[in-house]
Amino acid sequence: MSDLLEVANLGKRFGGFVALDNIALSVRAGERLGLIGPNGSGKSTLVNCICGTLRNEQGSVRFDGRVIDGLPAHRRTRLGLARSFQLPRPFVSLSLMDNVRIPLLYTVEARGAHRAGAAIDDHCHRLLREVGLEAKARALPRDLTQVEMRKLELARAMAAEPKLLIADEAMAGLTHSEIEDILALLVRLNEQGVTVILIEHIMRAVMSFSRRLVVLVSGRKIADGLPEEVMRDPEVERAYLGQ
Amino acid sequence: MIFSFDLLINAIVSGILIGGFYAAVTCGVSLSFGILDIVNIAQPAFIILGSYVAYTLNASLGLDPIVISIIVLPAFYLLGAVIYQIYYLAFERRGQESLRGLAFFFGLLFITEVTLVLYFGVDYRYVQAAYIGPTWHFGAIDVPLRILVPCLVSLLMIAVLQLLLTRSFIGRAIMAVAQDQLALRLMAVDPVRIKRIAFGISIATASLAGAFLIIIQPVEPSVGREYIGRVFAICVLGGMGSLPGTVIAAMLIGIVESLTATFYGPSWAPAVSFGILLLTLAVRPAGLLGR
Amino acid sequence: MRTIPFLIICLAVGAAVFAGAIASGNDYLFFAGYVVMQYIVLATAWNILGGYCGYVNFGTAGFFGIGAYVTVAIHQWHPLPIPLLVLIGGVVSAVIGYGMGYLTLRLRGAFFAIATLALAVVLETLVVNWDYVGGSRGAYIVRPEAIAPFGSYIRYMFMIMMLLAVAALTVARLVERSRLGYGLATIRDDELAAEAAGVPTLRLKLIATTISGALMGMAGAPFPYYIGYLQPDSTFGFDYAVNAIAMSLIGGTTSWVGPLIGAVLLGSLQQLATVTISSAVNLLIVGLLLVFFVIVAPNGILGLIHKYWQHKSDDFVGRRRVDLEAAAPAPAADGAPGAPP
Repeated sequence: MSDLLEVANLGKRFGGFVALDNIALSVRAGERLGLIGPNGSGKSTLVNCICGTLRNEQGSVRFDGRVIDGLPAHRRTRLGLARSFQLPRPFVSLSLMDNVRIPLLYTVEARGAHRAGAAIDDHCHRLLREVGLEAKARALPRDLTQVEMRKLELARAMAAEPKLLIADEAMAGLTHSEIEDILALLVRLNEQGVTVILIEHIMRAVMSFSRRLVVLVSGRKIADGLPEEVMRDPEVERAYLGQ
Repeated sequence: MIFSFDLLINAIVSGILIGGFYAAVTCGVSLSFGILDIVNIAQPAFIILGSYVAYTLNASLGLDPIVISIIVLPAFYLLGAVIYQIYYLAFERRGQESLRGLAFFFGLLFITEVTLVLYFGVDYRYVQAAYIGPTWHFGAIDVPLRILVPCLVSLLMIAVLQLLLTRSFIGRAIMAVAQDQLALRLMAVDPVRIKRIAFGISIATASLAGAFLIIIQPVEPSVGREYIGRVFAICVLGGMGSLPGTVIAAMLIGIVESLTATFYGPSWAPAVSFGILLLTLAVRPAGLLGR
Repeated sequence: MRTIPFLIICLAVGAAVFAGAIASGNDYLFFAGYVVMQYIVLATAWNILGGYCGYVNFGTAGFFGIGAYVTVAIHQWHPLPIPLLVLIGGVVSAVIGYGMGYLTLRLRGAFFAIATLALAVVLETLVVNWDYVGGSRGAYIVRPEAIAPFGSYIRYMFMIMMLLAVAALTVARLVERSRLGYGLATIRDDELAAEAAGVPTLRLKLIATTISGALMGMAGAPFPYYIGYLQPDSTFGFDYAVNAIAMSLIGGTTSWVGPLIGAVLLGSLQQLATVTISSAVNLLIVGLLLVFFVIVAPNGILGLIHKYWQHKSDDFVGRRRVDLEAAAPAPAADGAPGAPP
């Protein structure tokens, strides 16, 4: 399998603060990758640079065989790069149905797949059902709990029918069984061929999901390999115990 | 239109002097828009209000306009604090500051202007002070005192503000409020209170700026409009919220306007700042001294 | 309802209004009605960008003035029929709207708002320095006395403005219900999330700015013939901007109905009031209403109606309380944008 995502010496600063320092990361198509690190280690900044929400000053990002530096975020989404936000960012004036409809209208259709309105409706319902929100299809996001917002966030990312899905802390605050549900969902997606990067604090979830683990600390990548080996790495232990 | 060295030097000098005054007009917006992220487009209207306060007390009591503006500082501060409180309760807290907050300030701008028209009419008003007539001459350079005095007091005011922001606890809290509200809360400082104080100060500067304005030129209620483009051009060019940057940008725009007025005619001057604003936004939105 | 029936209903209502005004035999109704129709166009146009997309345009007077002064410039050269002038005015202000949007819409909405606020001042400067269109003295335009088959010219102008209002409402309604409308709503709600969902935010904002600017310019194009004497400082004054914003926000911004309600209400009130009180008091009232509404009823009259019906149709007393609680988001939810995570 070839590399779907290739990040080469990526660097990002905020003023004098180095948020990302020379990050290199390759992800093969079909992988299940876990990305962990303490708070403020640059995980979300990395996601933002990959997805085009932030511009990286240094280095480059290749996706699916092409350099995507400088492309606006919506173009990257259309190429097949979808993400969920760490703090849910729903479209507050639109119903849940319409929230997941947006990527269908603007991403999937932009790729040339035209569907009738009824087919899109069905598809929206199916997506909401997969995250357990079908009963609230007509509700507005303000009627959701924080947990449900995270599910909506995930459903919206899935609606873009991505090749690579980056789930940025999709499980914070969820109960045991809800975490199991979301994990099962992500595994199912992965089995359908979607590459998944999971950013998570809940170690149990990361360990059970990931086939490979990457650790960021203070904007640097300090480990990359099989989850069990990475967790035994003394530098990783130090980073986690030292905080 | 003959190009002469004297004309050029005079244009530059008067640009710098006017720039000092522009800095006073802008520093309130640098504080509110630049630091607090409150898009107070009504600032020019409060400046005109300051002019009319100076005019009224000058005409009735014969006080010096600058002295008047210092006396009424607390009233302007209070006005600012009240406006912020309304803004906070009605918009910021509801997360509606972008659309409705802007409309709110636009409404204030409009109401202030129309009220002044209704009360004072559209005639030009001016003030009396000893320094309004005379002009100092240094060789070929003319320095009218009615511009020099506001410029110097303005720079003094900005120096005081800068000291306040960088040296006092309140000042540092104001600088921090936009960056890191969490840190402020951890220090048991109420961000809303800090913003209220800062916004009060930003409106208080309009009192002085208004007095300067009516010393420099006769004022009628709609004069404030010319200052909208200018004020925001200076604020953005100066790097949004940096007072030294504001002074530099103000002088720069003062010089460019003065050169335009000298060599192309004063009726073109209002377009200058807008052109600079658009150019800055398009090319370098972080401003001249941007981070 | 599809677009064609909607259009037919609009035209039928328009025809009824027109017939009623003729039947009254009072040409003053046409003069007053023209202004109300003009405000329907301006408020609807403003709302396409402001209400649907959340970007505030303070330059209504600027775009309106472009339309008006394009007409003056063309009139000085060679008088053309008004419908043609409307088209030309629309194109010119669309181009200027696009240009301004291109320069400022990449940035936060506040910068766009500020740029539009300054736009009117600059255009005024340009016109004041342009003797061909009268400079600061203003321009006289002699309106023809009569035109067949309408009789008096004002009837003809009223009809043009009414058709423009119908066109503006139809466009607004089309935008609202289209893919574009959904896209604009996501920009209003959350621009970053919109991009992440594949919405080309810059392009949609530019489209909305261009449509909105074009409609404002079209509304301005016939104006010199209406007023007879065009002056830069009144043309580019804040009156149009404050009216367009107030009408949209007071009516309600989420649907094409809102600006229509606002424009008819405020526009007619002002037409009635100018007879009895001065225009300055009039404008003061508009400004006060604007501030009052944005503070007390942020969703305008439409929002109030909606709330009333919801309240009436709800069997649960608790429902409203839930709504109110949910409507106040946690203040810390958004944090400081752009801060390092």
